[in-house]
Order: sequence, then C-alpha cells, then structure tokens
Amino acid sequence: MREEQREKMTLTMESHSRNEAFARAVVAAFAARLDPTLEEMEDIRTAVSEAVTNAVVHGYRERAGEIRLEAEIEGRTLRLAVQDWGVGIPDVEKAMEPLYTTCPQGERSGMGFSFMEAFMDRLQVASAPGEGTRVEMEKRIAGAGYGEG
Amino acid sequence: MEYELVGRNLVIRLPEELDHHSCQTLRQDTEQCLENYDIARIVLDFSAVSFMDSTGIGVILGRYKRMRELGGDVALYGAGRRIRKLIRMSGIEKLARVCETEADALKR
Repeated sequence: MREEQREKMTLTMESHSRNEAFARAVVAAFAARLDPTLEEMEDIRTAVSEAVTNAVVHGYRERAGEIRLEAEIEGRTLRLAVQDWGVGIPDVEKAMEPLYTTCPQGERSGMGFSFMEAFMDRLQVASAPGEGTRVEMEKRIAGAGYGEG
Repeated sequence: MEYELVGRNLVIRLPEELDHHSCQTLRQDTEQCLENYDIARIVLDFSAVSFMDSTGIGVILGRYKRMRELGGDVALYGAGRRIRKLIRMSGIEKLARVCETEADALKR
C-alpha cells in the first residue's frame, strides 16, 4: 500500500490587493503536487482568489492587516484556510446568499461564496464581528493522471 | 486594461488576470469615458483573459446597470469556456450579449 502523502504550508501576507494573484500562484504551485486537471486547478485558483479578495475588501476594508493562508495535502485531498483578523461578518448565512453584497458601488457581484461553494467540495465560514473571519475549504483532487495507472 | 472608442462603442480590453486588483480603476475610468463621449454600447473584450474570479461578474453587472441608465447596452466577446461557465452560473447571461468576434459585438 502506498504511503499517504501529507504536507502543509502556511503563508502570511499583508492585506494588499496585489496579493490576490500572489496567493493564487502559491496555492497553484502547492496543489500542482497532486497533478490536478486544468479544470480542478481553475476551481482552486478561483476559490482562493475569492477568499483572499473577501479578506482584503470586506475583512480589512482595503486597510492594512494580515492574512494567513494555510494549505494542506492529505492523500488526494487539498485543504485550504484563509484567515483574517478584520471586521468580521455579522450574518454569515446572509453573506453566503448568491448575489448578496455589501459593496455600495455595485462593483462586487456577491458571487464570491457561491463560487467557493461550487468549486470546492466543502466550505466552512467562521466569523465574529470585530474578530475576523476564517474560511476553510476542501477539495478532493482526481488528478490529470487519474485512471491511467 | 485598455479603452478604445470605436464609433459610439467603448471597447474595454480586459487584462490577462481579471481580479479585484486589476480592476480597481475600471469603474472610474469607464465613468470618465462615459462623461466625455457619447457612448451607446460598452464592449468587453475577454480575449486576453486567462483567469477570472467573481470580479468579472461584477464588471459585467456594473457596466450593465450603468448602460441601462443611459439607454445603452453591453456586449462581450472572446470569452473562453471557463468564463462562459462563470457567467452562466451567475445567471447574468442575458445582461450582456455574448459574441464570438469583435465585429459581432460591434454590430447594431
């Protein structure tokens, strides 16, 4: 029997919008160890982008702060966590409704959580006003080589 | 991000990575164009976009709302399979005419 692969990484970064692309690149490089399909990779990159953008835009309201990104591979499962210590979400259930947004200028679609939910197998959001938000996601990666060996 | 005026169309050439960071000035820049020119349609050029998150949905939604106020419309072209999927999932496929080519998107 093949030994279960298990590894972890943690990245701490400033709440700056340019780190949205950085976080996607880091998670993509880490997830590449599972040899995901192109579609799986796109799903992961989108979900990470949504969670980190939420931290920048909503958690810290575009002000300074710290975002922690954790990633873990266990077997064929990828687990991600995005944590901020910003303003928090008063009503998580409402925030997760499709098209719900608090953005006054109407530039945000309100689809962030919907995309995270759709592209990952599991999504869990823990948040408290004044304390911050932690988004945990999980996805089983079939992989590009699935079924070939 | 590039903006080009083609007749009464404002063509917005979207960046390779379409996210909150790369779209920060889009609303303001578009507003400026709408103030200075008589624009009847916004055409979103997705042909260079290789990554997009829900920001892209906000871009379409935001332009649609604004052009509706002005009595104009929105078209887009060059969107790959993934982007079309995100648009469909968000239920906004009727807000912008989805075209294959720029010529189609510019057609009245």
